[in-house]
Amino acid sequence: MQSENGKYAIETKNLSIFYGAFEAVKDVDLQIEKQKITAIIGPSGCGKSTLLRAFNRMNDFVVTSHVKGEILMHGTNLYGRGIDPVEVRRRIGMVFQKPNPFPKSIYENIAWGARINGFKGDMDELVEASLRGAALWDEVKDKLKESAYALSGGQQQRLCIARTIAIQPEIILMDEPASALDPISTLRIEELMQELKKNYTIIIVTHNMQQAARVSDYTAMMMLYEDTRSGTVIEFDATNRIFTNPKDKRTEDYVTGRFG
Amino acid sequence: MMNQRRAHFPEGTDFFASLQTRYRVAAIWQSLFLSALLIAIISLTALLYNVVDGAFGYVAYDYKKDPATFTSIPVNELTKDDLLIILKENLSSGAYNKLDDEKKMETRSHADLYVLFLERLVQIDTKATWSMTDSLLRGAEIRTEAAEKYPDAQLEFRSWLTPQFLATPMSSKAEFAGVRTAILGSLWLVGIAILFALPIGVGAAVYLQEYAPKNWLTSIIQTNINNLAGVPSIVYGMLGLAVFVRTLEALTSGSAFGITDSNGRTVLSAGLTMGILVLPLIIINAQEAIKAVPDSLRQAAFGVGATRWQTVWHHVLPNALPGILTGSILAVSRALGETAPLIVVGASTFISIDPNNPFSKFTALPIQIYNWTTRPQSEFHAIAASAIIVLLVMLLTLNATAILLRNRFQRRY
Repeated sequence: MQSENGKYAIETKNLSIFYGAFEAVKDVDLQIEKQKITAIIGPSGCGKSTLLRAFNRMNDFVVTSHVKGEILMHGTNLYGRGIDPVEVRRRIGMVFQKPNPFPKSIYENIAWGARINGFKGDMDELVEASLRGAALWDEVKDKLKESAYALSGGQQQRLCIARTIAIQPEIILMDEPASALDPISTLRIEELMQELKKNYTIIIVTHNMQQAARVSDYTAMMMLYEDTRSGTVIEFDATNRIFTNPKDKRTEDYVTGRFG
Repeated sequence: MMNQRRAHFPEGTDFFASLQTRYRVAAIWQSLFLSALLIAIISLTALLYNVVDGAFGYVAYDYKKDPATFTSIPVNELTKDDLLIILKENLSSGAYNKLDDEKKMETRSHADLYVLFLERLVQIDTKATWSMTDSLLRGAEIRTEAAEKYPDAQLEFRSWLTPQFLATPMSSKAEFAGVRTAILGSLWLVGIAILFALPIGVGAAVYLQEYAPKNWLTSIIQTNINNLAGVPSIVYGMLGLAVFVRTLEALTSGSAFGITDSNGRTVLSAGLTMGILVLPLIIINAQEAIKAVPDSLRQAAFGVGATRWQTVWHHVLPNALPGILTGSILAVSRALGETAPLIVVGASTFISIDPNNPFSKFTALPIQIYNWTTRPQSEFHAIAASAIIVLLVMLLTLNATAILLRNRFQRRY
């Protein structure tokens, strides 16, 4: 389990996440491989989003939340002393469930994040590269100054992805990025994810089993402990094994639609 | 129709009877709501009618000296030069020099000189005034009554609200009094109030919404702010008197800055008092505006590595700004109409010099109105009504601006 310059982008060790006294996620050990897509699946309320948001410390905004255990990136604990969550979020970008572009122009949506992070290079170039990276350039290149709200939901979500890659993170977290989109827009996002994994490590939470099966290389199956209502990862393996030959009976029931 | 429906459904007559009862109850409630609305409309109409009724109407006035004794030219054909000569010849040299010292006679406007002519030489004297309704409905009666009681007087239908009324300062005679000093006083007042309260209020709101931890202390503070918004304004007046007029007199009178002819009862003291008065309103309104900025926007900003401050400055505040402005304008209109605290902190009731710095003595529109309505002479009631119209127009303009702003900047996220 070598992490320095190893094959893992991020690892959790005995990670538990609490809201006040309630242990929402319990004892999670995951090794997320670099430049792969890892899906987190499981029934509603089992802590998938909580786990995802722990990776870039978005849970910090819930005042009562705290963690036990470690999340290691290049061997550094993201919850260690002296680690600035702002720095964590720059290195681990996030795409949210509902497209949430800024109420600004398409151009500004990309440029803002880079600018506040001290980007000094050619902004036009960065905007173009980011939009190309999110497969959006051809659709918006003539209306960069127009409001991002004029775009369709699928385009807005790809703009949010472009905004994320503009700050050049190592990992991109996606919290059900296609759940608010129609099937065609969903397909485009999934195609885009295959492109993105050449350069980025992607962790995606999804409710859509077919989506997890289609896009991901690894899948983590989460489930609640019956007694404590805490969520945990019950099985973590290559996606095709999870879907064709799961070790855990509960995983099998879930992915075949008999439960959840 | 009803019979058909009764025949069609198997529920039968019992059901139909209960349905009729339900409709009856509904009709009673509906008519109650309608009458509530009608009462509200009638009250508002009565208010407006009452104000307008006083501001227009017949007036009987008399000259102490006939204008013909000063000049052979008909009064309404007098030129500026004619007036200058008449004033110079007929005023005592002391009075003329005093006027000249206030403002050079040659530089005064025709209207200004004409007012001086009427006020100082002819000495116009209002004998009686009639309301608009009376004037319109009982015109003939009024004319005979006026001819009997005041044989020398002239009867004229006039509007007390004139451009001149807006432009002239206070005067001891209602015919020549205006609201200029009061309007300027009110503007200084709300200007100082908003300069003081807006930055502090928005700052407090940003802290409470974006930074403060949610614990018992902040919830006590929040409850207190909500309650402060409902404290009677006279209490703020007492506070202003104690703090700004008395304790901080050196600052509010300007004596710390070398101004000697003033005490603490300045427009600055009053403006700061008004600022404290509207502060809770501004905080609450700004908090609501900040709350209305969706969390998804904050998360988007944090998600690309923004700090709390960058998120607030670049996204939360710009998106909350229309709401903050709307709330502040409504707070200003509250300050514009407040009277009680001004009486306590010492607004002047008679002042003819424009306030021109924060350490000026001042009066304000509501004070002026209050003062005029307490006078026994009916012509003062007429100019009070005119001043109320001026105040209402100012308030409605502010509120309309607030509504326009809100509609103009309504955002979808």
